[in-house]
Amino acid sequence: MIDKRVSTLADMVADCPDLRDGAIVLIGGFGDAGVPEKLIETICELGLRNLTVVSNNAGSGDYGLASLLKAGCVGKMVCSFPRSAGSIIFEELYAAGKIELEIVPQGTLAERIRAGGAGIPAFYTATGFGTPLAQGKETREFDGRHYVMERAIRADVALIHARTADRWGNLTYPKTARNFNPIMAMAAATTLAEVRRFVDNVAPEEVVTPGIFVTRMVEIGER
Amino acid sequence: MVKALSSEDIARRVARDIPNGAYVNLGAYVNLGIGMPMLVADYPVPGREFVLHSENGLLGMGPAPAAGEEDMDLINAGKQAVTILPGGSYFHHADSFAMIRGGHIDISILGAYQVAANGDLANWALPGPKPPAVGGAMDLVAGARQVWVMLATHVAKDGAHKIVERCDLPLTGLNCVHRVYSDLAVIDITPKGLVVTDMVAGLSAEELEAKTGAPLAFAESCRALLSGRAA
Repeated sequence: MIDKRVSTLADMVADCPDLRDGAIVLIGGFGDAGVPEKLIETICELGLRNLTVVSNNAGSGDYGLASLLKAGCVGKMVCSFPRSAGSIIFEELYAAGKIELEIVPQGTLAERIRAGGAGIPAFYTATGFGTPLAQGKETREFDGRHYVMERAIRADVALIHARTADRWGNLTYPKTARNFNPIMAMAAATTLAEVRRFVDNVAPEEVVTPGIFVTRMVEIGER
Repeated sequence: MVKALSSEDIARRVARDIPNGAYVNLGAYVNLGIGMPMLVADYPVPGREFVLHSENGLLGMGPAPAAGEEDMDLINAGKQAVTILPGGSYFHHADSFAMIRGGHIDISILGAYQVAANGDLANWALPGPKPPAVGGAMDLVAGARQVWVMLATHVAKDGAHKIVERCDLPLTGLNCVHRVYSDLAVIDITPKGLVVTDMVAGLSAEELEAKTGAPLAFAESCRALLSGRAA
Protein backbone atom coordinates (compact mmCIF):
# COMPACT_ATOMS: atom_id res chain seq x y z
CA MET A 1 0.00 0.00 0.00
CA ILE A 2 1.40 3.35 -0.99
CA ASP A 3 1.78 5.61 2.03
CA LYS A 4 4.12 8.60 1.76
CA ARG A 5 3.45 9.85 5.27
CA VAL A 6 6.34 9.89 7.76
CA SER A 7 5.80 10.57 11.44
CA THR A 8 8.62 13.02 12.18
CA LEU A 9 10.65 15.57 10.24
CA ALA A 10 13.86 14.13 11.66
CA ASP A 11 12.99 10.65 10.35
CA MET A 12 12.09 12.06 6.95
CA VAL A 13 15.34 13.99 6.41
CA ALA A 14 17.49 11.18 7.87
CA ASP A 15 16.13 8.81 5.23
CA CYS A 16 16.91 11.01 2.21
CA PRO A 17 20.14 10.13 0.37
CA ASP A 18 19.70 13.06 -2.00
CA LEU A 19 20.23 15.45 0.93
CA ARG A 20 24.04 15.58 0.81
CA ASP A 21 26.89 18.06 0.60
CA GLY A 22 26.81 19.95 -2.69
CA ALA A 23 23.17 19.09 -3.43
CA ILE A 24 20.89 21.42 -5.39
CA VAL A 25 17.88 22.16 -3.19
CA LEU A 26 14.68 23.90 -4.25
CA ILE A 27 12.91 25.69 -1.40
CA GLY A 28 9.31 26.84 -1.87
CA GLY A 29 7.84 30.11 -0.66
CA PHE A 30 7.63 33.80 -1.50
CA GLY A 31 8.59 36.11 1.33
CA ASP A 32 7.41 34.23 4.40
CA ALA A 33 4.36 32.68 2.68
CA GLY A 34 4.62 28.98 1.89
CA VAL A 35 8.18 28.51 3.15
CA PRO A 36 8.69 25.01 4.62
CA GLU A 37 10.27 26.50 7.74
CA LYS A 38 10.09 23.49 10.04
CA LEU A 39 11.54 21.23 7.36
CA ILE A 40 14.40 23.66 6.70
CA GLU A 41 15.21 23.96 10.38
CA THR A 42 15.34 20.18 10.67
CA ILE A 43 17.73 20.01 7.71
CA CYS A 44 19.96 22.62 9.40
CA GLU A 45 20.83 20.03 11.98
CA LEU A 46 22.31 17.71 9.34
CA GLY A 47 25.29 20.08 9.03
CA LEU A 48 25.36 19.87 5.23
CA ARG A 49 27.82 22.02 3.31
CA ASN A 50 28.00 23.78 -0.05
CA LEU A 51 24.34 23.44 -0.95
CA THR A 52 23.01 25.35 -3.95
CA VAL A 53 19.66 26.72 -2.82
CA VAL A 54 17.06 27.87 -5.35
CA SER A 55 14.36 30.03 -3.77
CA ASN A 56 12.70 33.32 -4.70
CA ASN A 57 14.10 35.22 -1.72
CA ALA A 58 17.12 34.75 0.53
CA GLY A 59 15.34 34.48 3.85
CA SER A 60 14.59 37.06 6.49
CA GLY A 61 15.25 37.26 10.22
CA ASP A 62 17.03 34.17 11.52
CA TYR A 63 14.33 31.57 10.85
CA GLY A 64 13.49 29.38 7.85
CA LEU A 65 15.93 29.76 4.95
CA ALA A 66 17.94 32.32 6.92
CA SER A 67 18.73 29.67 9.54
CA LEU A 68 20.21 27.44 6.82
CA LEU A 69 22.34 30.37 5.63
CA LYS A 70 23.40 31.19 9.17
CA ALA A 71 24.45 27.58 9.77
CA GLY A 72 26.87 27.87 6.85
CA CYS A 73 25.17 25.17 4.78
CA VAL A 74 24.75 27.20 1.58
CA GLY A 75 27.48 27.91 -0.99
CA LYS A 76 25.26 29.47 -3.63
CA MET A 77 21.85 31.15 -3.78
CA VAL A 78 19.81 31.25 -6.97
CA CYS A 79 16.97 33.73 -6.50
CA SER A 80 15.16 36.76 -7.92
CA PHE A 81 15.00 39.04 -4.91
CA PRO A 82 17.55 38.59 -2.09
CA ARG A 83 17.09 42.12 -0.75
CA SER A 84 13.81 41.80 1.19
CA ALA A 85 13.38 43.63 4.47
CA GLY A 86 15.12 41.68 7.20
CA SER A 87 17.33 39.71 4.76
CA ILE A 88 20.26 40.48 7.04
CA ILE A 89 22.05 37.14 7.22
CA PHE A 90 22.22 36.82 3.44
CA GLU A 91 23.44 40.40 3.04
CA GLU A 92 26.22 39.81 5.58
CA LEU A 93 27.38 36.62 3.83
CA TYR A 94 27.22 38.37 0.46
CA ALA A 95 29.20 41.40 1.69
CA ALA A 96 31.82 39.07 3.18
CA GLY A 97 32.14 37.18 -0.13
CA LYS A 98 31.08 33.97 1.60
CA ILE A 99 28.21 33.11 -0.74
CA GLU A 100 27.75 33.04 -4.49
CA LEU A 101 24.62 34.72 -5.93
CA GLU A 102 22.84 34.08 -9.22
CA ILE A 103 20.08 36.62 -9.85
CA VAL A 104 17.28 35.35 -12.10
CA PRO A 105 14.17 37.29 -13.18
CA GLN A 106 11.27 35.89 -11.19
CA GLY A 107 9.31 34.53 -14.15
CA THR A 108 12.43 33.04 -15.69
CA LEU A 109 13.19 31.36 -12.36
CA ALA A 110 9.67 29.89 -12.27
CA GLU A 111 9.82 28.70 -15.87
CA ARG A 112 13.33 27.22 -15.47
CA ILE A 113 11.96 25.14 -12.59
CA ARG A 114 8.77 24.23 -14.44
CA ALA A 115 10.81 23.22 -17.49
CA GLY A 116 13.05 21.10 -15.28
CA GLY A 117 10.03 19.25 -13.98
CA ALA A 118 8.55 18.90 -17.46
CA GLY A 119 11.61 17.47 -19.21
CA ILE A 120 12.36 20.60 -21.24
CA PRO A 121 16.12 21.30 -21.14
CA ALA A 122 15.95 24.96 -22.19
CA PHE A 123 13.60 27.58 -23.56
CA TYR A 124 13.59 31.05 -25.05
CA THR A 125 12.13 34.08 -23.31
CA ALA A 126 12.03 37.78 -24.16
CA THR A 127 12.59 38.53 -20.47
CA GLY A 128 15.94 40.16 -19.84
CA PHE A 129 17.01 40.59 -23.47
CA GLY A 130 19.50 43.44 -23.74
CA THR A 131 20.01 43.62 -19.97
CA PRO A 132 22.98 42.59 -17.78
CA LEU A 133 21.11 39.39 -16.83
CA ALA A 134 21.28 38.13 -20.41
CA GLN A 135 25.03 38.60 -20.74
CA GLY A 136 26.81 35.52 -22.06
CA LYS A 137 23.56 33.76 -22.91
CA GLU A 138 22.58 32.53 -26.35
CA THR A 139 19.97 34.71 -28.05
CA ARG A 140 17.76 34.11 -31.04
CA GLU A 141 15.26 36.03 -33.09
CA PHE A 142 11.77 34.62 -33.66
CA ASP A 143 9.25 36.54 -35.78
CA GLY A 144 11.20 39.76 -35.42
CA ARG A 145 11.58 39.68 -31.66
CA HIS A 146 14.70 38.87 -29.63
CA TYR A 147 14.78 36.10 -27.03
CA VAL A 148 17.27 34.76 -24.51
CA MET A 149 17.88 31.04 -24.05
CA GLU A 150 17.47 29.93 -20.45
CA ARG A 151 18.37 26.48 -19.09
CA ALA A 152 16.03 24.35 -16.99
CA ILE A 153 16.72 23.74 -13.32
CA ARG A 154 16.69 20.14 -12.06
CA ALA A 155 17.38 19.60 -8.39
CA ASP A 156 18.33 16.79 -6.04
CA VAL A 157 15.73 17.74 -3.46
CA ALA A 158 12.66 20.00 -3.30
CA LEU A 159 11.39 21.22 0.07
CA ILE A 160 7.78 22.36 -0.03
CA HIS A 161 4.96 23.49 2.21
CA ALA A 162 1.36 22.36 1.65
CA ARG A 163 -2.03 22.72 3.25
CA THR A 164 -3.54 19.24 3.01
CA ALA A 165 -2.30 15.88 1.78
CA ASP A 166 -3.59 12.34 1.55
CA ARG A 167 -1.44 9.22 1.80
CA TRP A 168 -0.79 9.22 -1.94
CA GLY A 169 0.81 12.67 -1.70
CA ASN A 170 -1.93 14.63 -3.43
CA LEU A 171 -1.55 18.22 -2.20
CA THR A 172 -3.45 21.47 -1.81
CA TYR A 173 -1.95 24.79 -0.78
CA PRO A 174 -3.05 27.74 1.37
CA LYS A 175 -3.92 30.89 -0.65
CA THR A 176 -0.83 32.70 -2.01
CA ALA A 177 1.40 30.31 -0.06
CA ARG A 178 1.07 28.12 -3.18
CA ASN A 179 3.60 30.25 -5.14
CA PHE A 180 6.68 28.17 -6.15
CA ASN A 181 5.71 25.02 -4.23
CA PRO A 182 3.83 23.09 -6.98
CA ILE A 183 6.48 23.66 -9.67
CA MET A 184 9.33 22.84 -7.31
CA ALA A 185 7.59 19.60 -6.34
CA MET A 186 7.91 18.58 -10.01
CA ALA A 187 11.57 19.40 -10.51
CA ALA A 188 13.56 17.32 -8.03
CA ALA A 189 14.69 13.72 -7.68
CA THR A 190 13.22 13.73 -4.17
CA THR A 191 10.38 15.97 -3.01
CA LEU A 192 9.86 16.39 0.73
CA ALA A 193 6.75 18.18 1.98
CA GLU A 194 5.70 19.61 5.30
CA VAL A 195 1.90 19.54 5.38
CA ARG A 196 -0.42 21.32 7.79
CA ARG A 197 -3.00 18.55 7.87
CA PHE A 198 -3.29 15.00 6.59
CA VAL A 199 -6.71 14.03 5.26
CA ASP A 200 -8.13 10.71 4.11
CA ASN A 201 -8.60 11.80 0.55
CA VAL A 202 -8.03 15.08 -1.30
CA ALA A 203 -10.95 15.48 -3.69
CA PRO A 204 -9.53 14.78 -7.18
CA GLU A 205 -10.84 18.07 -8.61
CA GLU A 206 -9.10 19.98 -5.83
CA VAL A 207 -5.67 18.38 -6.15
CA VAL A 208 -3.07 21.01 -7.09
CA THR A 209 -0.01 18.77 -6.96
CA PRO A 210 -0.75 15.17 -7.96
CA GLY A 211 0.92 12.63 -5.71
CA ILE A 212 3.26 11.43 -8.45
CA PHE A 213 5.46 14.46 -7.71
CA VAL A 214 5.75 13.86 -3.96
CA THR A 215 8.19 11.46 -2.25
CA ARG A 216 7.73 11.86 1.51
CA MET A 217 5.77 14.17 3.82
CA VAL A 218 5.20 15.03 7.46
CA GLU A 219 2.20 16.63 9.18
CA ILE A 220 3.24 19.77 11.07
CA GLY A 221 -0.16 21.08 12.26
CA GLU A 222 -1.94 24.35 11.61
CA ARG A 223 0.02 27.51 12.34
CA MET B 1 2.12 79.24 -9.75
CA VAL B 2 2.96 75.64 -10.59
CA LYS B 3 1.38 73.08 -8.32
CA ALA B 4 3.04 69.69 -8.74
CA LEU B 5 0.80 66.65 -8.28
CA SER B 6 1.00 64.56 -5.12
CA SER B 7 1.61 60.83 -5.49
CA GLU B 8 -2.09 60.35 -4.68
CA ASP B 9 -3.05 62.78 -7.47
CA ILE B 10 -0.86 60.86 -9.91
CA ALA B 11 -2.38 57.55 -8.80
CA ARG B 12 -5.91 58.94 -9.25
CA ARG B 13 -5.03 60.08 -12.75
CA VAL B 14 -3.50 56.71 -13.67
CA ALA B 15 -6.58 54.86 -12.39
CA ARG B 16 -8.79 57.11 -14.52
CA ASP B 17 -6.75 56.23 -17.62
CA ILE B 18 -7.08 52.46 -17.22
CA PRO B 19 -9.46 51.54 -20.04
CA ASN B 20 -12.49 49.34 -19.74
CA GLY B 21 -11.33 46.79 -22.30
CA ALA B 22 -12.03 46.23 -25.95
CA TYR B 23 -15.35 44.45 -25.34
CA VAL B 24 -18.32 45.39 -23.17
CA ASN B 25 -17.68 44.58 -19.50
CA LEU B 26 -14.28 43.10 -20.25
CA GLY B 27 -12.39 45.28 -17.80
CA ALA B 28 -8.63 45.31 -17.62
CA TYR B 29 -6.05 43.06 -15.95
CA VAL B 30 -3.47 45.22 -14.27
CA ASN B 31 -0.26 44.53 -12.37
CA LEU B 32 0.85 47.20 -9.89
CA GLY B 33 4.54 47.29 -8.99
CA ILE B 34 5.79 47.55 -5.43
CA GLY B 35 5.69 51.04 -3.90
CA MET B 36 3.98 54.03 -5.49
CA PRO B 37 2.06 52.06 -8.19
CA MET B 38 0.19 50.28 -5.37
CA LEU B 39 -1.62 53.59 -4.70
CA VAL B 40 -3.57 53.17 -7.95
CA ALA B 41 -5.72 50.50 -6.24
CA ASP B 42 -7.04 53.17 -3.86
CA TYR B 43 -8.82 55.11 -6.63
CA PRO B 44 -11.48 52.92 -8.25
CA VAL B 45 -13.42 54.57 -11.04
CA PRO B 46 -17.22 54.14 -10.80
CA GLY B 47 -18.59 51.96 -13.58
CA ARG B 48 -15.23 50.41 -14.39
CA GLU B 49 -13.71 47.25 -13.03
CA PHE B 50 -10.09 46.35 -13.24
CA VAL B 51 -8.68 43.12 -11.85
CA LEU B 52 -5.39 43.40 -10.03
CA HIS B 53 -2.78 40.72 -10.64
CA SER B 54 -0.11 40.09 -8.03
CA GLU B 55 2.78 38.07 -9.45
CA ASN B 56 3.05 35.83 -6.40
CA GLY B 57 -0.08 34.05 -7.58
CA LEU B 58 -3.19 36.15 -7.08
CA LEU B 59 -5.84 37.67 -9.35
CA GLY B 60 -8.51 39.87 -7.79
CA MET B 61 -6.29 41.45 -5.18
CA GLY B 62 -8.27 43.60 -2.76
CA PRO B 63 -7.26 46.27 -0.24
CA ALA B 64 -5.28 45.71 2.93
CA PRO B 65 -7.26 43.93 5.65
CA ALA B 66 -8.37 45.67 8.85
CA ALA B 67 -5.83 45.66 11.66
CA GLY B 68 -5.85 42.27 13.34
CA GLU B 69 -7.35 40.57 10.26
CA GLU B 70 -4.01 39.99 8.49
CA ASP B 71 -3.51 36.50 7.04
CA MET B 72 0.13 35.98 6.10
CA ASP B 73 -0.91 33.22 3.67
CA LEU B 74 -2.51 36.02 1.63
CA ILE B 75 0.13 38.56 0.65
CA ASN B 76 1.08 40.73 -2.33
CA ALA B 77 4.33 41.02 -4.24
CA GLY B 78 5.58 43.46 -1.60
CA LYS B 79 4.95 40.77 1.04
CA GLN B 80 2.20 42.83 2.70
CA ALA B 81 -1.09 41.27 3.85
CA VAL B 82 -3.90 41.88 1.34
CA THR B 83 -7.40 40.54 0.68
CA ILE B 84 -9.00 38.74 -2.26
CA LEU B 85 -12.14 40.05 -3.98
CA PRO B 86 -15.06 38.00 -5.36
CA GLY B 87 -13.99 36.51 -8.69
CA GLY B 88 -10.40 36.17 -7.55
CA SER B 89 -8.14 33.15 -7.87
CA TYR B 90 -4.86 31.66 -6.68
CA PHE B 91 -2.29 29.99 -8.95
CA HIS B 92 1.35 28.93 -8.91
CA HIS B 93 4.29 30.99 -10.06
CA ALA B 94 4.70 29.44 -13.50
CA ASP B 95 1.05 30.19 -14.32
CA SER B 96 1.40 33.68 -12.88
CA PHE B 97 4.31 34.46 -15.19
CA ALA B 98 2.60 32.75 -18.11
CA MET B 99 -0.06 35.43 -17.63
CA ILE B 100 2.67 38.08 -17.70
CA ARG B 101 4.97 36.71 -20.41
CA GLY B 102 2.09 35.45 -22.49
CA GLY B 103 0.62 38.93 -22.98
CA HIS B 104 -2.47 38.41 -20.81
CA ILE B 105 -1.76 41.36 -18.51
CA ASP B 106 -3.15 44.53 -20.10
CA ILE B 107 -1.11 47.05 -18.15
CA SER B 108 1.97 46.85 -15.95
CA ILE B 109 2.50 49.94 -13.81
CA LEU B 110 6.00 50.34 -12.41
CA GLY B 111 8.33 52.78 -10.72
CA ALA B 112 11.62 53.74 -12.35
CA TYR B 113 15.07 55.18 -11.76
CA GLN B 114 15.35 56.21 -15.41
CA VAL B 115 13.18 56.08 -18.52
CA ALA B 116 14.66 56.81 -21.94
CA ALA B 117 13.11 58.53 -24.93
CA ASN B 118 13.30 55.22 -26.83
CA GLY B 119 11.28 53.44 -24.12
CA ASP B 120 14.21 51.78 -22.35
CA LEU B 121 13.65 51.34 -18.62
CA ALA B 122 16.09 51.12 -15.69
CA ASN B 123 14.42 50.28 -12.39
CA TRP B 124 16.22 47.38 -10.71
CA ALA B 125 19.87 48.07 -9.95
CA LEU B 126 21.76 51.02 -8.48
CA PRO B 127 25.51 51.24 -8.00
CA GLY B 128 26.60 50.14 -4.53
CA PRO B 129 27.52 47.17 -2.35
CA LYS B 130 23.99 45.81 -1.86
CA PRO B 131 23.20 42.55 -3.67
CA PRO B 132 21.18 43.11 -6.85
CA ALA B 133 17.50 42.12 -6.80
CA VAL B 134 15.23 42.03 -9.85
CA GLY B 135 11.99 40.33 -8.82
CA GLY B 136 9.43 40.22 -11.63
CA ALA B 137 10.23 43.55 -13.29
CA MET B 138 12.01 42.15 -16.36
CA ASP B 139 9.17 39.71 -17.03
CA LEU B 140 6.52 42.40 -16.64
CA VAL B 141 8.14 44.81 -19.09
CA ALA B 142 8.77 42.01 -21.58
CA GLY B 143 5.26 40.61 -21.43
CA ALA B 144 2.60 43.14 -20.46
CA ARG B 145 0.72 44.71 -23.36
CA GLN B 146 1.28 48.22 -21.99
CA VAL B 147 3.93 49.44 -19.57
CA TRP B 148 3.27 52.66 -17.68
CA VAL B 149 5.81 54.28 -15.39
CA MET B 150 4.94 56.44 -12.38
CA LEU B 151 7.48 58.99 -11.15
CA ALA B 152 6.72 60.69 -7.82
CA THR B 153 8.97 63.52 -8.99
CA HIS B 154 9.84 64.44 -12.57
CA VAL B 155 13.52 64.93 -11.59
CA ALA B 156 15.60 63.30 -8.84
CA LYS B 157 16.25 65.03 -5.52
CA ASP B 158 19.72 66.06 -6.71
CA GLY B 159 18.19 67.55 -9.87
CA ALA B 160 19.32 64.69 -12.13
CA HIS B 161 16.93 63.87 -14.96
CA LYS B 162 14.86 60.70 -14.64
CA ILE B 163 13.57 61.01 -18.19
CA VAL B 164 16.68 60.81 -20.33
CA GLU B 165 17.94 60.35 -23.88
CA ARG B 166 19.61 57.02 -22.94
CA CYS B 167 19.64 55.22 -19.58
CA ASP B 168 23.06 54.84 -17.97
CA LEU B 169 21.85 52.54 -15.16
CA PRO B 170 21.50 48.77 -15.78
CA LEU B 171 18.45 48.17 -18.00
CA THR B 172 15.30 46.30 -17.03
CA GLY B 173 14.06 46.14 -20.62
CA LEU B 174 14.57 47.67 -24.05
CA ASN B 175 11.99 49.87 -25.74
CA CYS B 176 9.24 48.73 -23.39
CA VAL B 177 7.69 51.81 -21.73
CA HIS B 178 4.61 53.28 -23.37
CA ARG B 179 3.77 56.15 -21.03
CA VAL B 180 5.17 58.11 -18.09
CA TYR B 181 3.11 59.80 -15.37
CA SER B 182 5.05 62.29 -13.23
CA ASP B 183 4.11 65.04 -10.78
CA LEU B 184 4.36 67.50 -13.68
CA ALA B 185 3.21 65.77 -16.85
CA VAL B 186 1.90 62.77 -18.73
CA ILE B 187 4.24 61.77 -21.54
CA ASP B 188 3.65 59.16 -24.24
CA ILE B 189 6.68 57.36 -25.61
CA THR B 190 6.17 57.08 -29.35
CA PRO B 191 8.36 55.88 -32.23
CA LYS B 192 9.07 59.57 -32.87
CA GLY B 193 10.06 60.26 -29.27
CA LEU B 194 8.43 61.83 -26.22
CA VAL B 195 5.02 63.48 -26.64
CA VAL B 196 3.56 65.43 -23.73
CA THR B 197 -0.19 64.81 -23.59
CA ASP B 198 -0.93 66.59 -20.31
CA MET B 199 0.86 68.82 -17.85
CA VAL B 200 0.12 70.75 -14.69
CA ALA B 201 -1.33 74.23 -15.03
CA GLY B 202 1.07 77.14 -14.89
CA LEU B 203 4.08 75.18 -16.13
CA SER B 204 5.65 76.42 -19.35
CA ALA B 205 6.92 74.19 -22.13
CA GLU B 206 10.40 75.57 -21.49
CA GLU B 207 10.26 74.72 -17.79
CA LEU B 208 9.21 71.14 -18.53
CA GLU B 209 11.91 70.83 -21.20
CA ALA B 210 14.54 71.99 -18.70
CA LYS B 211 13.46 69.23 -16.29
CA THR B 212 13.54 66.55 -18.99
CA GLY B 213 16.71 65.01 -20.43
CA ALA B 214 15.34 64.39 -23.92
CA PRO B 215 13.48 66.45 -26.54
CA LEU B 216 9.72 66.89 -26.02
CA ALA B 217 6.90 67.34 -28.49
CA PHE B 218 3.57 68.70 -27.24
CA ALA B 219 0.26 67.09 -28.22
CA GLU B 220 -2.76 69.16 -29.18
CA SER B 221 -4.39 68.18 -25.86
CA CYS B 222 -1.56 69.94 -24.10
CA ARG B 223 -1.54 73.14 -26.07
CA ALA B 224 -4.76 74.28 -24.42
CA LEU B 225 -3.04 74.17 -21.05
CA LEU B 226 0.02 75.92 -22.43
CA SER B 227 -2.07 78.74 -23.83
CA GLY B 228 -3.67 79.25 -20.41
CA ARG B 229 -7.24 78.46 -21.46
CA ALA B 230 -7.54 75.49 -19.13
CA ALA B 231 -5.42 76.85 -16.32
